[in-house]
Amino acid sequence: MAERVETESGPFCYAIGLEVHAQIVSSSKLFSGASTAFGADANTQVSAVDAGMPGMLPVINMACIEQAVRTGLALGGAVNRRSVFERKNYFYPDLPQGYQISQYQQPLVTGGQLVIELEDGTSRSIGIERLHVEQDAGKSLHDRDPDHSLVDLNRSGIGLMEIVSLPELESPDEAVRYVRTLRSILRYAGTCDGNMQEGSLRVDANVSMRRPGEGLGTRCEIKNLNSLRFLQRAIEFEGHRQATILDEGGTVRQETRLFDVDANETRSMRSKEDAEDYRYFPDPDLLPLDLDEAWIAGIAASMPELPDARKQRFMSGHGLSSYDAGVLVAERDNADFFEEVARGRDSKQAANWVMTELFGRLNHDGIAITDSPVSADALGGLIDLIVDGTISGRIAKDVFAEMFATGRQAAVIVEERGLRQVTDTARIEALVDGVLAAHPDRVDEYRAGKTKLLGFFMGEVMKASQGRANPQAVNRTLCLRLEAEEGTR
Amino acid sequence: MTALTDLTIAGARDLLAAGDVSAVELARAHLAAMERHRDLNAFITETPERALELADASDRRRRNGDAGRLEGIPVAIKDLFCTKGVPTTAGSRILDGFRPFYESTVTASMLREGAVMLGKTNLDEFAMGSSNLTSWYGPAINPWRAPGDGRVRVPGGSSGGSASAVAARMAMAATGTDTGGSIRQPAAFTGTVGLKPTYGRCSRLGIVAFASSLDQAGPLTRTVRDAAIMLGAMAGHDPLDSTSADEPLDDLEDTLEAGVDGMTIGVPEEYRVEGMLEVIDELWQRGIAWLEDAGATVREVSLPHTRFALPAYYIIAPAEASSNLARYDGVRYGLRCEGDDLVSMYERTRAEGFGAEVKRRILIGTYVLSEGYFDAYYLKAQKVRTRIADDFREAWTSVDALLTPTTPSAAFAADSPPDDPVSMYLNDVFTVPASLAGLPGISVPAGLDGDGLPLGLQVIARPFDEARLLRVARTIEEAAGFDTAPRSQT
Repeated sequence: MAERVETESGPFCYAIGLEVHAQIVSSSKLFSGASTAFGADANTQVSAVDAGMPGMLPVINMACIEQAVRTGLALGGAVNRRSVFERKNYFYPDLPQGYQISQYQQPLVTGGQLVIELEDGTSRSIGIERLHVEQDAGKSLHDRDPDHSLVDLNRSGIGLMEIVSLPELESPDEAVRYVRTLRSILRYAGTCDGNMQEGSLRVDANVSMRRPGEGLGTRCEIKNLNSLRFLQRAIEFEGHRQATILDEGGTVRQETRLFDVDANETRSMRSKEDAEDYRYFPDPDLLPLDLDEAWIAGIAASMPELPDARKQRFMSGHGLSSYDAGVLVAERDNADFFEEVARGRDSKQAANWVMTELFGRLNHDGIAITDSPVSADALGGLIDLIVDGTISGRIAKDVFAEMFATGRQAAVIVEERGLRQVTDTARIEALVDGVLAAHPDRVDEYRAGKTKLLGFFMGEVMKASQGRANPQAVNRTLCLRLEAEEGTR
Repeated sequence: MTALTDLTIAGARDLLAAGDVSAVELARAHLAAMERHRDLNAFITETPERALELADASDRRRRNGDAGRLEGIPVAIKDLFCTKGVPTTAGSRILDGFRPFYESTVTASMLREGAVMLGKTNLDEFAMGSSNLTSWYGPAINPWRAPGDGRVRVPGGSSGGSASAVAARMAMAATGTDTGGSIRQPAAFTGTVGLKPTYGRCSRLGIVAFASSLDQAGPLTRTVRDAAIMLGAMAGHDPLDSTSADEPLDDLEDTLEAGVDGMTIGVPEEYRVEGMLEVIDELWQRGIAWLEDAGATVREVSLPHTRFALPAYYIIAPAEASSNLARYDGVRYGLRCEGDDLVSMYERTRAEGFGAEVKRRILIGTYVLSEGYFDAYYLKAQKVRTRIADDFREAWTSVDALLTPTTPSAAFAADSPPDDPVSMYLNDVFTVPASLAGLPGISVPAGLDGDGLPLGLQVIARPFDEARLLRVARTIEEAAGFDTAPRSQT
């Protein structure tokens, strides 16, 4: 929701636009056949093209373009039949060609929107200006050698999608929600793994402040935010910094800033005057990228289900609440997990177990769902034991805890520990009779009208059965015994 | 029998096929000629051992009944083509010590066809020049001298080393590259045949880039037929070069002798530039007469934007070069001059690694791409380029080929080159328009100037119509009866 920064002279509003760099999921790089695997030894995933060797030429990898088109369609953008790769010229050791091949005047996708859900449950549509495709740079390593900086070109040439929003985000929280939603869509589309830690999703934030109702102010760009937390903190700091300047009657200088994580502040990197002149011009090594309408239509026809559609399906098909459905679809892996658990089972029960028990434990231990010690299949097995009366819901929680700790199957744990629910009438009657006999005073009180004591008897019987007695059977037997004895009196 | 070094490819091919000569003998003869002519500085790197190995392998292949189009033919390679394991300098200090671990598509194709590489030829630094005077390795020299003068003449550029090597019979043929005239102009200066194919005909992969939208590889030979044979071995679609054309190339030798009877040849009036040397105009008129005698109809055509071609070229080519040469930064290969920090390392490396002409073009290119100047220069030059291509397209509606002089003069003396860059650039005035339009062009030696130095006539044809181009060239060659043996005062 829109957030204001209060100053002595009155409030200021945020206007935030985000540029998200998303690494394209593809087995090979944007302009060469080299592998894109993350985490390989330095400079082992490099072709002569990626290293900018003399005479080497780029060739467009259409698999990357297909991914970018899919993303553009997922964001409701218009895929341009013709787009042009241009060279962005600047010198840096991790940029082997001395230029980055990017798109400038004619991007692959124009327009689009992203709907974000706000804290109060309402939603807002954020406009997307463009999506263009470009190559990633390598990495400079400054801490491996005391006297030199080293360069790792494994990342050099990997395909990136730059997704540029309009400056329509109105709070740091909205910015975070935008990135989270975008990341979810990218993962659903299978076009970016969205892993901010590994750098496959990076965010630049353009932040400006203005008085309510006024036009856009001067913006500053904060570069390379690689976590949602830093994104939020950087925008907050920057918003307050600019508001303070404006409050004191000063003017904000347009500039590029870096977020210092340790100091929790943004710092000037270069001003607009010092900005590099990138001398963009169409890359003469590449022809304009002309896409066939039918080819684009083919991608549109094979789009995977996106989060919004899935949420609707979870609500209408599985009968989940909007909130539960929203939580489950936010991450594709979570939703996949839920669907597997729910297959052939009661959806609400499945949702409950996934969201309350499983997510609770995973969050607590900081484990990703893809690494969950309890598989969807195993969790389904546990639910089956509850449904067929083998164990009670309460015992099931203990069983789940053990499953989570050991990774073993529910049925095995139940058998080994003898946790099978007691449903045998004679055994339950014996347990009930034992409890009633041990508490004659309470029985009298009950019969005198203090019927709330039923809960006490229930608890005692369950305790006596070590939780294994079938609660419904116990309840039924208790009522029969207490009423019947009274009747004979 | 003629000396082995006087053989044409076609002639050597017959002798090799008949078993009258071996590839090793041919290689040895040419390696000896290379040694004799070291004063011409035509080669930056000689690869005699490799040549003999290749020749030996070629002879063995032939004995097994397996012969490619260039089987056993000793050729020189312009040092702009990356050759696996062999130093590749681009005539620049900045590539000092660079040995590619890959082979250019064109040279790989030639090797597959049996070519025997003798070495890497000298060139203007990064192919920027019309004289060979800008090479870090010193200028290559023209084997031709004016009788009665004796001054050292330039072989032209940028493929000057290749032209010199072919003219002086050190190599039977050589590869060149042509961006604005770099094959045709040195061919004219050295009395050799220089063919620039249609842009996209030969792959650019593995050729050190100068101006990507213009660079095109082609052969330098002593006959038109040899040019046809060479092109057949060099050309082909390469999926690793996005600008390479997937156009079929018929066997050019088949139609070579078909003549020009019934063809219409255009003479562009705008090429009759002010102050044109009389000897050039006379040569041009002779060329027209030869074609008419052979049955062609010759008519004047107009290419109205011709005079804008040179200025447009000298914006577009440097713009692309300024970006293409950014990779020579001392970080990964070639020369590195250490500095106190990154920027000073860049500055020192590039200051010491590049020569004056390369720096001039990088500066021009950087300027014309800069914010605020881009529209006025680069964009406008691109528009001019479109107009020039349109001019040619219009001409093709009425003519099959164009005939022009190749250069405004014969080879100038190495000690008195044009004294300012612009005069030097004027060398390309007749060759640049076809480059901008991506058209095939060929220079055929057609006569001598008053000083006894060779002059060339240029034929330009429709895109991918190398067949007709060579027919016209062959007709001129036949009519001119030019003796390609360099006459120098000794």
